[in-house]
Amino acid sequence: MNMSRLLRKLKPGKGAVIAVPYFWLLLFFLVPFFIVLKISFAEQDLAIPPFTSLLQVEDGVLQSLTLYFGNFHFIFTDGLYAATYLSSLKVAFFTTVMCLLLGYPIAYAIARADPARRNVLLMLVMLPFWTSFLLRVYAWMGLLNETGLINNFLMSIGLISEPLHLFHNDFSLYLVMVYAYLPFMILPLFSHLVKMDMRLLEAAADLGAGPIKAFLTITLPLSKNGIIAGSMMVFIPAVGEFVIPELVGGTDTLMIGKVLWNEFFDNNNWPMASAVAIIMVLMLIVPIALLHRYETRELEGKGNA
Amino acid sequence: MVETVKQAAASAQGAPYLRIANVVKKFGDTTAVDGVDLDIRKNEIFALLGSSGCGKSTLLRMLAGMERPTSGKIILDGEDITALAPYDRPINMMFQSYALFPHMSVADNIAFGLKQDKMPKGEIDARVAEMLDLVQMRKYANRKPYQLSGGQQQRVALARSLAKRPKLLLLDEPLGALDKKLRQQTQLELVNTLEQVGVTCIMVTHDQEEAMTMATRIGIMSEGQLLQIGSPAEIYDYPNCRFTAEFIGDTNMFAGPVVVDEPDSVEIDSPELGSRIHIDHGITGPKGMQVWASIRPEDVHLDVVPQPAGPNVARGEVHDIAYLGSFSVYHVKLASGKVVKSMVAANHWHENSITPPTWGDTVYVSWRPDMPVVLTR
Repeated sequence: MNMSRLLRKLKPGKGAVIAVPYFWLLLFFLVPFFIVLKISFAEQDLAIPPFTSLLQVEDGVLQSLTLYFGNFHFIFTDGLYAATYLSSLKVAFFTTVMCLLLGYPIAYAIARADPARRNVLLMLVMLPFWTSFLLRVYAWMGLLNETGLINNFLMSIGLISEPLHLFHNDFSLYLVMVYAYLPFMILPLFSHLVKMDMRLLEAAADLGAGPIKAFLTITLPLSKNGIIAGSMMVFIPAVGEFVIPELVGGTDTLMIGKVLWNEFFDNNNWPMASAVAIIMVLMLIVPIALLHRYETRELEGKGNA
Repeated sequence: MVETVKQAAASAQGAPYLRIANVVKKFGDTTAVDGVDLDIRKNEIFALLGSSGCGKSTLLRMLAGMERPTSGKIILDGEDITALAPYDRPINMMFQSYALFPHMSVADNIAFGLKQDKMPKGEIDARVAEMLDLVQMRKYANRKPYQLSGGQQQRVALARSLAKRPKLLLLDEPLGALDKKLRQQTQLELVNTLEQVGVTCIMVTHDQEEAMTMATRIGIMSEGQLLQIGSPAEIYDYPNCRFTAEFIGDTNMFAGPVVVDEPDSVEIDSPELGSRIHIDHGITGPKGMQVWASIRPEDVHLDVVPQPAGPNVARGEVHDIAYLGSFSVYHVKLASGKVVKSMVAANHWHENSITPPTWGDTVYVSWRPDMPVVLTR
């Protein structure tokens, strides 16, 4: 009774609370997106900024609006871009699958650990975030190098005579990708697994389901939203990842982040870079929309889950 | 056929269907269940009654297999099930607040246990339909649990726990999640369903009314021990200890030493009453032994005219009156400060043309010598 009255009183403030994140998204996501969208329809130009203007205005009168589709045309006709997008999706997909296979047991173990130890384990998952991301990738370079710690150690104990080729290939790419994105899989999975009602597993056992059957029929379906959330959290940023493929990936690793960098910094072709980015964003909107749908569905109904 | 003959023979010999033999459960240093012996007959509805933390839920969880007894044996229908995993026991449980699977429909919830037994699909469908009819939930077969009311969830949970035709059904606070009005209606409905199915049932509850209404026998538990086992009437009329007397119903308790110990009567000196309590049925106990006399409020007479001083009589003044419709409970404060409760029918004063006493009036409480129950512990 008191609670609901309190909530009713707060209602005018509710709009303001919601407005802040919306304003933030508008200012730092939607506005830049439209700027990039605008540039993607321009032509490269030797000017500052290095692209043509879409609008021709003379004496305050709009003379012409030029939309240049050449960038998009080039992306769709040149097979290299398609191959790069596919390769990015492939790397992101396998990174997500590996994060899921590795992260699920970890999240499960943390969720089932006794509460006193749970926080320590969660802290260990989050601890890497206290160090710079770039620094951690460089640390992997130091480990995987031909003269790195791993090779030096293996050679010094005489296990190998030639340095292992651990670096600048798919192995190092996936290793560091999974390493970097694993916490984003573990945390949403954990938050779903930890709030699961343990009596449901007791009920399943009572009705004749052994531990494996109970896991497959109860725990796994009930953590579905956690799996989806974690997978999206890994997949979406992994598609556009630049630093890891650039620093530890093979020279032949095609990633859209690298193409973006090349177009922007090496070719100084802002419109092309923008067009590449726009297509990537459109490609990611589908999984983002999926994630959003599951999140809202979870917020609604399901009061007893 | 052979099975039924064997079972009939077993019941003819009077062997219990379920035997709980000296079961102990310790969690670290605390003993949750402290040496419980209990025999349950086939098709009986047995209620374990006690306040929270008395060990009744732990005992139920040991029957379900969710806890392993520290020592003791559990034998169901001639089979020692003490060490069986929950999923290997022919026992099903209706969980407190039901534990329905939120991602499955009502029908899938009921079918879950049958699927674990690898029952053919046609048979599963038939059994699920039968169960839905039993609890009158056929219309709701495709609903999800969160789309159901509390009472409907309770019925689905019951159907799910009965679907496998368990040898023993366990009910953990079966109606605890329902509001009072719905609870009273559901009590009888639940008993009817259980009798219709003919299942042996152990329920755990802290609600004495629920236990009295539903159970054929009740076991009173306190601090891990079974204090008394009996039918609801036996437990109410002949409690064997102070805990039971005070836990079931309301009572007036007087402590004192035995001062007269005749073969057919005893007298207890009660300083609180200010006189002796005379009881015309003997107890065997040495003179001077500390005992307690329990007298139910409905057995305490209330008079406005002075009563001759003597045993079983005391003078006091009306301290409080609780009007409960068909009767009222008078709280009478004695000279010692002890408050005695007396239940008086609403029409008592009117029929005897007496003005009902009111707050502060001097009244006399008394009871027949066959009414007090003498308790030694």
